[in-house]
Amino acid sequence: MIAFVIRRLLQGVLVMLVVGFIAFSLFNFVGDPVSLMLPPEATQADRQAMRENLGLDRPFYVQFATFIGNAVQGNFGISLRLGRPVSALLVERMPATLELAFVAASLALLVGIPLGVYTGLNRNAWLSRFFLAASLIGVSLPTFLIGIFLILIFAVWLGWLPSFGRGDTMMVGGWSTGFLSTSGLRALILPSITLGLFQLTLIMRLVRSEMLEVLRTDYIKFARARGLTNRAVNFGHALKNTLVPVITITGLQLGAIIAFAIITETVFQWPGMGLLFIQAVQFADIPVMAAYLCLIGFIFVVINLVVDMLYYFVDPRLRIDGTAAGGH
Amino acid sequence: MSTSSRPLLEVRNLRVEFNTRRGTLTAIDDVSFEIAPGEVLGLVGESGAGKSITGTAIIGLLEPPGRVAGGEIHLDGQRIDTLPAEQMRRIRGRQIGAIFQDPLTSLNPLYTIGRQITETIQTHLPMNARQARERAVALLKEVGIPAAERRIDHYPHQFSGGMRQRVVIALALCANPRLIIADEPTTALDVSIQAQIIQLLKKLCRDHGTAVMLVTHDMGVIAETADRVAVMYAGRLAEIGPVQEVIHHPKHPYSVGLMGSIPAIGQEVERLPQIEGSMPRLDAIPRGCAYNPRCPDVFERCRTQRPNLMPAGATRAACWLHARDGEASPGNRAEDSAHA
Ligand SMILES: Nc1ncnc2c1ncn2[C@@H]1O[C@H](COP(=O)(O)OP(=O)(O)OP(=O)(O)O)[C@@H](O)[C@H]1O
Ligand code: SF4
Ligand SMILES: [Mg+2]
Repeated sequence: MIAFVIRRLLQGVLVMLVVGFIAFSLFNFVGDPVSLMLPPEATQADRQAMRENLGLDRPFYVQFATFIGNAVQGNFGISLRLGRPVSALLVERMPATLELAFVAASLALLVGIPLGVYTGLNRNAWLSRFFLAASLIGVSLPTFLIGIFLILIFAVWLGWLPSFGRGDTMMVGGWSTGFLSTSGLRALILPSITLGLFQLTLIMRLVRSEMLEVLRTDYIKFARARGLTNRAVNFGHALKNTLVPVITITGLQLGAIIAFAIITETVFQWPGMGLLFIQAVQFADIPVMAAYLCLIGFIFVVINLVVDMLYYFVDPRLRIDGTAAGGH
Repeated sequence: MSTSSRPLLEVRNLRVEFNTRRGTLTAIDDVSFEIAPGEVLGLVGESGAGKSITGTAIIGLLEPPGRVAGGEIHLDGQRIDTLPAEQMRRIRGRQIGAIFQDPLTSLNPLYTIGRQITETIQTHLPMNARQARERAVALLKEVGIPAAERRIDHYPHQFSGGMRQRVVIALALCANPRLIIADEPTTALDVSIQAQIIQLLKKLCRDHGTAVMLVTHDMGVIAETADRVAVMYAGRLAEIGPVQEVIHHPKHPYSVGLMGSIPAIGQEVERLPQIEGSMPRLDAIPRGCAYNPRCPDVFERCRTQRPNLMPAGATRAACWLHARDGEASPGNRAEDSAHA
């Protein structure tokens, strides 16, 4: 187990180095940071001073090492657009994105898994066919269209829910949460549906097909032949065996939810990291872009690590080395 | 067996059909047999003859499009083929245990064998967790798992194939059923351990007074284990009778072909010897006797009229050679053997 975790950690570090390198390259390839930061009337001497100040005259690998060193400490420099430390900006925006992602992912899991189980167990039921057809829509419609439809129906026509923003937020230990106010909760509904719908349909279809697969196996047949109740067979034996792929996909999708929150945040003017990133792109605010890139990379790496550890708990074949003890 | 007057299992005119796009296939056609308490009935026949479907129909686990389309199944006097699903579930495992071909895939890989056994015990018997576990350990010992107290908490993948089949046998026996349906329980195992597993199954069932319906291709196993044998062909019973009679004096030409080259008992891998031609597909079963295209003794009546099981010497065979209704049968082979 420990060797496994260490190996995974090392892989994670490697991935982060690559991501860091890409982020670092932004500084050098997306325009000249010096001319971006100095006013147009600056002299050649000013430029040189700035260059030395920023360490841009030093060899490439020294610069990269410095960048990584700073990044590890959470120091990504100053936002060109807002003139404040990038890390502070991200920390400020992070709760909005994480809360949205959390609600969207919970929605996807809590609705997707039961629907998948239902459609898997009742393959030919009328309702199953309906869910499957509906899920095709969820998979094929682009996120922003879903968001716009939802806004049109529930905000513009019906006027039930807000169309943008987070509502009222409260600070709880440095974390601004929308969970504690009615307007905050109401504001979460449309964006989290928009963000979670794709994942919901994906999880539903995945659980369904895994369920169908598992129900055909010999051990399910044998479980029925032993007279176990349908409940024990379907939920105790079948569902658990579908979990390994579901955990993988859900883990990857959680990363995707956070990353793709960009679109939803833009549609709903949700003050999260995604919106910050989009605005940074418009202004070529490279420190913010680089930091966002590193952060998303980091989240993916952490999620992957957690997913791998979850396997360990679900599947005993990974936990114990498979030496079959005892002869015949 | 004081109640030997009443059979434990009674299958009457069983008919199983599959509704497919190309019409209705009859996989089991008018099959009747009985199993007495504690008796071992061997079921043999070529691949596709309907042996597994017969077992599956008895335990009520046919999957659509398969269905029992006719006949009756009685267990200990109670009709079970028409029981509601929930009542049939209570019979599975409790009254009728099942063992399938492949021990490697019969156990859920995600649970310890102990959990799977205690779960089954507690489903059927009023026991608390501790009692169920004690019973599970005792069962594992009985099926010959060494260090059962420790091994009970292991996962299936930590056992060899032979050991896993022992666990499967423990699972099938754990609520003390009166009948075990064992569908080729050793086919997937290493040849070197097949005999051990069969011996174990035989001993356990004798000790517990459990009747067995043993499906196998292995005539050696049949000779050694079964009390009676039923020979299936194309979804029908060709012959049924005491094991020594069917093996040494088969009356149905198909059985004669099957038994043609039985190796000595104890010899390994006795696959059914090949008979010229192959069994018809379910959608092309010939009129009259299903065996008539391959039968060396075929005569006119075989092509038009279907033979039912009829007394033939010490066994019963579905073959016109043994008809005694006055209609001529050539050569009168039946007469010779009937009085043998
Ligand atoms: N789902 C199905 N649809 C149509 N026909 C089926 C289906 N399942 C089984 N059959 C047919 O039923 C017949 C009997 O099958 P069965 O599995 O009982 O054979 P078997 O005697 O057990 O053979 P084997 O020795 O190979 O196990 C076969 O001809 C098979 O093609
Ligand atoms: S009935 Fe006729 S064809 Fe069928 S087995 Fe007997 S002799 Fe052969
Ligand atoms: Mg079979």
